Amino acid sequence: MGRKLLLEHINVPGINTFDVYRSKGGYASVEKALKTLSPDDVVEEVKKSGLRGRGGAGFPTGMKWSFLAKPEGVPRYLVCNGDESEPGTFKDRYLMTHIPHLLIEGMIVASYALGANTSYIYLRGEMMPQIRILERAIAEAKNAGFLGNNILGTGYDLELYVQPGGGAYICGEETALLESLEGKRGNPRIKPPFPAIAGLYGCPTVVNNVESIAAVVPIINHGGDEYAKIGIGRSTGTKLISAGGNLKRPGVYEIELGVTVEDFIYGDDYCQGIANGKRLKAVVAGGSSVPILPANLILKTINNEARLMTYESLSDGGFATGTMLGSGGFIAYDEDQCIVRNTWNFARFYHHESCGQCSPCREGTGWMEKVLHRLEFGHGKMSDMDLLVDVSKKIEGNTICPLGDAAAWPVASAIRHFRDEFEWHVTNPSVAITSNYGLAHYADPLPVLEKAEA
Amino acid sequence: MLSVQNTDAPVTFTPELLGKFAEIVARYPEGKQKSALLPILHLVQAEFGWVSAPAMDKVAEYLNIQPIEVYEVATFYTMYFLKPQGKYMLEVCRTGPCEIVGATPIMEHIEKTLGVKEGDVTPDGLFSWRGVECLAACGYGPVLQIGPEYTFYENLTTESVDKLISDLKGKANN
Repeated sequence: MGRKLLLEHINVPGINTFDVYRSKGGYASVEKALKTLSPDDVVEEVKKSGLRGRGGAGFPTGMKWSFLAKPEGVPRYLVCNGDESEPGTFKDRYLMTHIPHLLIEGMIVASYALGANTSYIYLRGEMMPQIRILERAIAEAKNAGFLGNNILGTGYDLELYVQPGGGAYICGEETALLESLEGKRGNPRIKPPFPAIAGLYGCPTVVNNVESIAAVVPIINHGGDEYAKIGIGRSTGTKLISAGGNLKRPGVYEIELGVTVEDFIYGDDYCQGIANGKRLKAVVAGGSSVPILPANLILKTINNEARLMTYESLSDGGFATGTMLGSGGFIAYDEDQCIVRNTWNFARFYHHESCGQCSPCREGTGWMEKVLHRLEFGHGKMSDMDLLVDVSKKIEGNTICPLGDAAAWPVASAIRHFRDEFEWHVTNPSVAITSNYGLAHYADPLPVLEKAEA
Repeated sequence: MLSVQNTDAPVTFTPELLGKFAEIVARYPEGKQKSALLPILHLVQAEFGWVSAPAMDKVAEYLNIQPIEVYEVATFYTMYFLKPQGKYMLEVCRTGPCEIVGATPIMEHIEKTLGVKEGDVTPDGLFSWRGVECLAACGYGPVLQIGPEYTFYENLTTESVDKLISDLKGKANN
């Protein structure tokens, strides 16, 4: 079991309340930062930590902060991205539900570092229970003098508000999120200008994922250098992984970056293997947008090295044989799952969630959904696979925001690695409706752990 | 396709509701009151069960923006109901991770049990249901949520869905 920096106290009864959280050392980073560090010192610590954005893109958080423009007399904003809509990802919901003060604490320190006096936590509208939890936590923190005017007598003022979205995946994209926060449709903006120059209300703005902001707390408490000692290479610190699908023990795990994928799936500290004694067929390692990999390629790289849960190892081999850590939405598929059906399901999702602003995405996602639907339901043609790859290539890179890429990658990767399963759907249309292709040669190379389970 | 539905029912915002609106508007800088639009539409839906055209017009008036600015938002986001729904709207996640652990059989079971198609309302006005996209609860699937509190029901089985429906019926009849 690795170190826990975010979820260390998650099982302490009442940790969702201010008093218990405080008694476990909560808000120490606010005292340390506001009383002993300058805003630039805080940014420096975060840079040293090597923390990379936990929402999916993996961009270094400290560097993002250092890009923030600071024109005289113009307010700056910190906006927390709690839109969490990437299929497979549910870590932020977990964190906010069980340990809301960790996010509030991180928001105070990060806002101080950026010189923001009003900050917003944008949550997807479906998270009304979490909005209520956070609003109560904010009231508690304010009551204790950690929010509002003249925090801890340091002269620093901060107001913190929670904003609900309206149900739109696209609002996880930072400029769409800002549009939504301004009360508009969630259409991503053309960049540049980047939010660091012109973000919320045209003012300099930083948008960070919930987990990234929470990670600022241990970074300030222990120092950026200490944080950077955890992990491997440029994958520093701990990461929350949302484990779902056909796993024996799905849930949210805080891992030290660098555990092996094999240990994460089969280890006793983590998911404990595939549910119901089945075998692993495929994995989507970082949320639905990242390329799906067959079991043999997720456990070992093409060079036969053990694959690790790090940004670099998961992307080893590029898209030909690798994938991405993404948001850490880890979905495992057992031998009974149909890759064609799953790809159709994801394509429908992206078609549904495309904002409609760019033609390649608006039209292309619809066509991919249609073609995949006919493949899944027994009306496919042998030429459909090349057609899908062709459409996906015409979306990828040709849109304002990365939703187009996110829609293209799962389709292209499914055909790349599971083409024979797609072809089987074309040659055996009636069989494909009632049964699945099975494990085929994507076999999980590990022996199934035989435990006393009926 | 999505369209804004009119109604003859008069729309009045109670002083209590208007008080909540004002609290929200106070969160944003002067002149940026349009930011309150999404939260206010949630409050309107919680109060009336859906957002009608007259309600949206009144929201526009309140925020001092054009009605079209409200319509375009209400039709863009999926959480706003543009026509009346059952008192309990069962929203079942249908995306990948929930699908592979049995979302489709749950939806088929709900359709059969309630006797109405997706998006329709039961004759007693109590229930409607629909499939929605990923609800960020993938480790606990299949899941469904019920507004306006957006209470979550996780690890659904046909039995737990039956119990939920009968509990909600009991609650409504008391």
